[in-house]
Amino acid sequence: MDFDIVVIVRNFSLLAEGMLTTLRLTALALLFGLAWGTVLTLARLAPGRLLPALASLYVNGIRAVPLIMVIFWIYFLLPVLSGTQIGPFYSALVAFVLFEGAYFSEIIRAGIKSISQGQLRAALSTGMSYLQGMRYIILPQAFRKMAPVLLTQSIALFQDTSLVYVVGLMDFMTASAMVASRDGRLVELYSFAALVYLVISLAATLAVRHMEKKFKAGAQ
Amino acid sequence: MITFDRVSKWYGAFQVLSDCSMQIAKGEVIVVCGPSGSGKSTLIKCVNALEPYQSGSLKVEDIEVGAAATDQRKLRQRIGMVFQNFELYPHLSVLDNLRLAQIKVLKRDAKSATEVAVQLLERVGMQLHQSKFPGQLSGGQQQRVAIARALAMDPVAMLFDEPTSALDPEMVSEVLDVMTQLAQQGMTMMCVTHEMGFARRVADRIVFMDGGCIVEEAAAETFFKAPQSRRAQDFLSMILAH
Repeated sequence: MDFDIVVIVRNFSLLAEGMLTTLRLTALALLFGLAWGTVLTLARLAPGRLLPALASLYVNGIRAVPLIMVIFWIYFLLPVLSGTQIGPFYSALVAFVLFEGAYFSEIIRAGIKSISQGQLRAALSTGMSYLQGMRYIILPQAFRKMAPVLLTQSIALFQDTSLVYVVGLMDFMTASAMVASRDGRLVELYSFAALVYLVISLAATLAVRHMEKKFKAGAQ
Repeated sequence: MITFDRVSKWYGAFQVLSDCSMQIAKGEVIVVCGPSGSGKSTLIKCVNALEPYQSGSLKVEDIEVGAAATDQRKLRQRIGMVFQNFELYPHLSVLDNLRLAQIKVLKRDAKSATEVAVQLLERVGMQLHQSKFPGQLSGGQQQRVAIARALAMDPVAMLFDEPTSALDPEMVSEVLDVMTQLAQQGMTMMCVTHEMGFARRVADRIVFMDGGCIVEEAAAETFFKAPQSRRAQDFLSMILAH
């Protein structure tokens, strides 16, 4: 069996561009997903009945459907609803934000619950509003505690972005697949793609573990 | 200044406060004592609306605490509170613990907030620790910082919810000293505490609670020398016995 490394070198710029798309999608989905997850969490913990009920309906609903379906759904539905084409990148981004937001919300909620209620009472007792207490006292502490879990979820997100294959967005996976079938080098390209995902995810996992250790030491 | 008139509170069907009435004048120091579960902490948390009550009237400077029209945030700005577990913000330095609400709530600029903070840290003897984090301080030091944090809002009254209960015995006096000093400077104070020595020396009046009721209310000297109710006598003999 001949193993042709050159095909990778020859298509390097295409693959690199794909990786850039993957990273851009991951970063933006992470950023907006966290923001959306925070909003969902605050809604779930809000006083009253309606807001928490709606938010948990959303979170549980999203978590009950496969990600690939949400990606399809947004890709076909959004143009119908908005009347404009936003292209595969932004429709994929919206899908990831909506999907990951639900998972992040679960993590953030657990993080908030781990902070003593007394901290919020202390903030309220100085005249801060509920939202100020959340913003300055509870969330900074909660995010510190849940950083490792959030980063682990982010690594999963990085891997999941390969699903944009289904809407034809030229991310790293799609670029690899395209080169693979065009040049007839399936083994080389899929092995290379696997290796790249493996190295990046593994490095990130090790970094998280290192950070966790430092956090634990810092908490003493 | 603070007036309770038949204040009652329920958790579901369980009544935690029943018809509590008393008055606290400006500059008075009241110690609330009683067995655990008697409703003392709940009573003082009603004053700054951390706990709602369902019937009766509770007024702070003639403003009804529980009224829908009352701005609870304004009310809380004027009443400082010190908690059993200090509740300093662990992710902020001592100085920032004192500055945060001044800047975000009272809208002071950073410079004057710092001035106030430093001055108060001096007052509680913590000026050398201003850049440390709460985790680096002893319990007594943390509680002194917590008192300073409450004072930074220029409160007209201070609530203390068992401020020394979570402390090692050797640290109790440093906190009580700060509280005594504060009382001498004329602060209106309502303290839930088991420190009977402090109560005797500093309090103007003692309020004894049991089962959600104010059972007895008397001048400190009278309360310790001649408690009227049977329950107060039992309570005193129990905690003064050791």
